Amino acid sequence: MGRKSFRGGIHPPEQKSFAEDIPIQNLPLPERVIIPLQQHIGAPAEPVVEKGDAVKTGQIIGKASKFVSLPVHASISGTVVSVNKRPHPLGTDLLAIEIEGDGANSWKRLPKDEDVSKLSAEDKKKRILDAGIAGLGGATFPTHVKLTPPPEKPIDTLIINGVECEPYLTADHRLMLEKPNEILAGARIMADILKSKKIIIGIEDNKLDAIRLLRKKTRRFKTISVLSLSVKYPQGGEKQLIKAATGREVPAGRLPMDVGCVVQNVGTAFAVHQAVTQQRPLIERIVTVTGTGINSPKNCRVRIGTPVADLISFCGGYTSDDVKLISGGPMMGISQWTDTIPVIKGTSGILVMKGSDVETQEEQPCISCARCVDICPMRLTPNKIATFVEYKRLSDAKENRIYDCMECGSCSFICPAKRHLVQYIKLGKALCSTL
Amino acid sequence: MSHPFTISPSPHVRDDDSIQRIMFSVILALLPAGFYAMYLFGPRVIWLNFIAIGAAVITEVLCQLVMKRPIRISDGSAILTGLLLAYNIPASTPLWMPAVGSIVGILVGKQVFGGIGYNPMNPALVGRAFLMASWPVHMTVFNIAPHGGTLSGIDAMTAATPLNAFKHIRSILLHADQYTTNEVAEASVTLSKLYGSYSNLFIGKVGGCIGETSALLLLIGAAFLMSRHIIGWKIPFMYVTTVFILTWVFGGVAGLFSGNPLFHILSGGLILGAFYMATDMVTTPVTFKGRILFGVGCGFFTVVIRLWGGYPEGVSYAILLMNLTTPLIDRLTKPKVFGG
Repeated sequence: MGRKSFRGGIHPPEQKSFAEDIPIQNLPLPERVIIPLQQHIGAPAEPVVEKGDAVKTGQIIGKASKFVSLPVHASISGTVVSVNKRPHPLGTDLLAIEIEGDGANSWKRLPKDEDVSKLSAEDKKKRILDAGIAGLGGATFPTHVKLTPPPEKPIDTLIINGVECEPYLTADHRLMLEKPNEILAGARIMADILKSKKIIIGIEDNKLDAIRLLRKKTRRFKTISVLSLSVKYPQGGEKQLIKAATGREVPAGRLPMDVGCVVQNVGTAFAVHQAVTQQRPLIERIVTVTGTGINSPKNCRVRIGTPVADLISFCGGYTSDDVKLISGGPMMGISQWTDTIPVIKGTSGILVMKGSDVETQEEQPCISCARCVDICPMRLTPNKIATFVEYKRLSDAKENRIYDCMECGSCSFICPAKRHLVQYIKLGKALCSTL
Repeated sequence: MSHPFTISPSPHVRDDDSIQRIMFSVILALLPAGFYAMYLFGPRVIWLNFIAIGAAVITEVLCQLVMKRPIRISDGSAILTGLLLAYNIPASTPLWMPAVGSIVGILVGKQVFGGIGYNPMNPALVGRAFLMASWPVHMTVFNIAPHGGTLSGIDAMTAATPLNAFKHIRSILLHADQYTTNEVAEASVTLSKLYGSYSNLFIGKVGGCIGETSALLLLIGAAFLMSRHIIGWKIPFMYVTTVFILTWVFGGVAGLFSGNPLFHILSGGLILGAFYMATDMVTTPVTFKGRILFGVGCGFFTVVIRLWGGYPEGVSYAILLMNLTTPLIDRLTKPKVFGG
């Protein structure tokens, strides 16, 4: 009996051993933080502080501007030194609030509150929104929006995503080992909000210790099950995980709620627990710093806004002058031109590769080997779509369902002609939307 | 402070397979059959191979120079084209013929369309088809008997390859009224001998084109390619299965279902074609259903040509025909997208 999975997918080298056995360490309080107003999908937050303002840890410095938007909080106490465009991990300069710390880390306390169990679903959602929680797996969709499905779309299954299928990254793995109770409590809070009867925790079976631990912790709950999944990229893709966990296929162009599911990352579940039970805003997250280009790989608890350079020096610095710095994992992460970029809510890892390990092979013509077609988890024909984009035949690209691509990068990984397939597809989407 | 970081688009890890490794793997897989051919037909085989490969590579370089395109001979595809062309001609052909075949194959079959990846048909088969049309006698007369065996694989018979012999005998038996009783009786004895020559056919102790005789060695190479995920099961399996069924149903001399499918699968260029040429990535469909359909089509045309066509062998024309349907097949068999 095969383990549960989806059709397609690839098997990149896992490379988890760099940091999987290293417990989470707290990064010392940064001297200054750069907090972008756009750290989530949706409208950016609007700044509510000015240069010179004194701020406390946990204080809102940017407020949510729309329903699909999130507030951002000061992650250290200190003084606002600028509200300016700064380099952002997404590759462009975006508006950010820079705070110079006072080293005190004095918190803005919220009033002590009543019994948490008496909170209504709406109250809990309000706390999640106020805490500024975005999906911490990397997609950074505002969590409160995902927890607000329209009434005609009842949710019967909440899936907690502990798959962590990106090679190298171990932040979710460590969190499951070190904070299982909080993750489970957060999951139950979200299931309550959604009125979902079932919780499935999906974990790839290269994390057997986490699977065993969570199974032990959930033994007495009939409604929570821990699902062991085969190791395959992109097993943690939302639609792929739903398919593996429930057998349901989210219709093309639709959302998980259309098949009665909501998927939330384990880190998000932890943050939800913190927000609802302690009214603690999302001001820190776990970041894996790993790869051949970093001297001592670690899993760190990092304040949002911490410059990546701080993390690098905490982890022993670069191993050489010639490295590639990636925000995220090796499959979907974005390579950076500077280490002054901050850690943001979606930063699951900082991967540093030695320059000599970086693939620089020249692109060759497609030989129609069909490997990308065989492995595409969305069952597209990436070779054809990419060629259509290359020749600017955008309507043909659309006809071949370019918008169904989730940009997981599996096609580029497998291509023996070293074609930048997913790159063409991203370009094609951008060109289509500017037409 | 600031660091000269390497910048590149994601994904930042790549599979280590490349076009070059794929091409040289196929060449490696073909080598046992080539060495066996040297033993079987003599050192002349070495020359034919060298000339075919040399002409293919030189033509490719010249084309790329003239067209001011990057020189890509190191990808191995021209070498493979030359090798396959040599495998598809009789050992007795004059030495200039493989050169002509390779030049036409690379020039007309590949470079005029834009080089690797853009050719609609298998270049080696384009070259072979040209030779077949231009010098049919050289391409169909087999003069060198295999070492320690006969061309037909039967002791008494030295005249032709198994498929030539089969075509001849079958036409005698199907039109028995036009021949003497003696001739007919002799033909049925020969047919049963042909059908009894499985081990010779399987090992390759028979006449034929240079690289096609040994099913055993070709299958060993194919197993290696399958383990490397360079060829899939769909096209070869469907190809061979279709030939099996159709020759069993229609290939006999005593009505339907009297054929000998195993004879047809092991003789001629079927194994070479099904595993090494019908699986050419560039000229075959990319979709799952497409590849199934492609294999069936190749099998169908092969049997039609073998049983009812003018040639004893139909593998290369069948594959060329199906190559031309590849864009259409791909279009008609687009996979259903996830959730679509």
